[in-house]
Amino acid sequence: MVKKTYAEINARIKAGEAVVVTAEEVTPMVRERGLEETAATVDVVTTGTFGPMCSSGAFFNLGHSKPRMKMSHVYMNNVEAYTGIAAVDAYLGATQIPDTDAANKTFPGEFNYGGGHVIEELVAGKEVVLEATAHGTDCYPRRKLDKVVRLEDLPQAFLFNPRNAYQNYNVGVNLSDRTLYTYMGILKPNLGNANYSSAGQLSPLFNDPYYRTIGMGTRIFLGGGEGYVTWHGTQHAPGAPRAHNGTPIMPAGTLAVIGDLKGMSSKWLRGVSFLGYGVSMMVGIGIPIPILDEEMLKYTSVSDEELFAPVMDYSESYPQGLGEVLGQVSYAQLKSGEISVNGKLVTAAPLSSYFKARQIAEILKDKIKKGAFLLTEPVFTLQSFMNNDA
Amino acid sequence: MLKQKFVLYFPAAVTEEPFTYYLIKDYNLMVNIIRADINPRKEGRAVVELSGEKEDFQEGLEFLQSRGVKVFPLEQEIVWVEERCTQCGACTAICPSGALVMERPQMTVKFLNDRCVACEYCIKACPSRAMEVRF
Repeated sequence: MVKKTYAEINARIKAGEAVVVTAEEVTPMVRERGLEETAATVDVVTTGTFGPMCSSGAFFNLGHSKPRMKMSHVYMNNVEAYTGIAAVDAYLGATQIPDTDAANKTFPGEFNYGGGHVIEELVAGKEVVLEATAHGTDCYPRRKLDKVVRLEDLPQAFLFNPRNAYQNYNVGVNLSDRTLYTYMGILKPNLGNANYSSAGQLSPLFNDPYYRTIGMGTRIFLGGGEGYVTWHGTQHAPGAPRAHNGTPIMPAGTLAVIGDLKGMSSKWLRGVSFLGYGVSMMVGIGIPIPILDEEMLKYTSVSDEELFAPVMDYSESYPQGLGEVLGQVSYAQLKSGEISVNGKLVTAAPLSSYFKARQIAEILKDKIKKGAFLLTEPVFTLQSFMNNDA
Repeated sequence: MLKQKFVLYFPAAVTEEPFTYYLIKDYNLMVNIIRADINPRKEGRAVVELSGEKEDFQEGLEFLQSRGVKVFPLEQEIVWVEERCTQCGACTAICPSGALVMERPQMTVKFLNDRCVACEYCIKACPSRAMEVRF
């Protein structure tokens, strides 16, 4: 039996001796050498994902002006940020669109710009127009502010995403006879295509299905910088049905994450537009999984052939909340570019970038190998149910 | 009946000539101006959709070229901006001509210009707006 502690693994990382591989690389290693031998060798398995994560946004402290101001409406490049908090604090959500955007009045709307794009431009070092209005008080007399800011000018700016890194997600299809414009992209009529959004075998929570090593305080790669898991994310559903390898066959766990926006990069935070739906932000996340024992290694060695996603009709079942699943397909099938739904071969396309997920896992691997990224033991792990196999 | 979109480049010397009038009156062509940037004494560009009988079509295009107008079929103007592309692959399900494909197992997007029919579906289907029409 192999047993390792976080402290032992970190000592090996500091000494430059840690053996670190990606979740892609570990699978053939385990197949060739077996669990025990590989677990004795490998210390950390790195994961990665890069896809649209709508429940993302950033908190800003915009700095006090003279005279002072309690901002009641804040716009950044015409996109409104929430101000129902302290005087010059605001939260800019990734899916917020300008008030002037025609949205779906001319269907399908283009949604070319929104909160995610503002965040991308800020981390790229670009200037953003800040407009604020207020009712004015004795302590905060100023009523209007209009200026240009850069990320470096803002006293504090941190990404705080309430729901990221979904552990599995629906494959969107369309059984109706009209084109659908959804957050799962354009779905052509009569099973014209199937869109999916997960890094599969590289995805963080697929590699630690019961969240044995992930919880509050887990240090992660976030948007090109460092971040932390702060809580289970919104809609965290650990009780979702699971396969025998422990991985969920439906959307399950989620993460709330935080990190300093000033250390991030527009390469890993990208504003995106979904025709007829709205805007979002693609977020890059990577989580290192410590190989504490053979069980953790077994979890990380899971491959696309053993991971299954539910196929959901976005013309009826999803929008009406009926929950009917048309079938399960493996991520290996999805990545091949063609799946079978109701006996018909359907072209499958990803919305999340596997190429970038792999780059994230590689970056994290290199950082850990160099001793530039230490693992943290969570204060507590995410809520989990271990005995609900499908 | 033929119907095709073209990008027309007008040298500065001819931008003030009424080409649309000639195409309609002398060559019996239907001219749909999709986008145009024409200014006096400056080089101009326009995107037009021409429709008409095969013979008129050919003669109309030859007329434009004889007057110094450069004529390109529109498909040359769809551009893949690689640095904006996140290699997600959303475009590959939408492209009807197989010009945008996933390379496996690398899972990277490839744009095959020669297969592009300039339908422009990809322009709005790309979440990161990495496909552009350039005029």
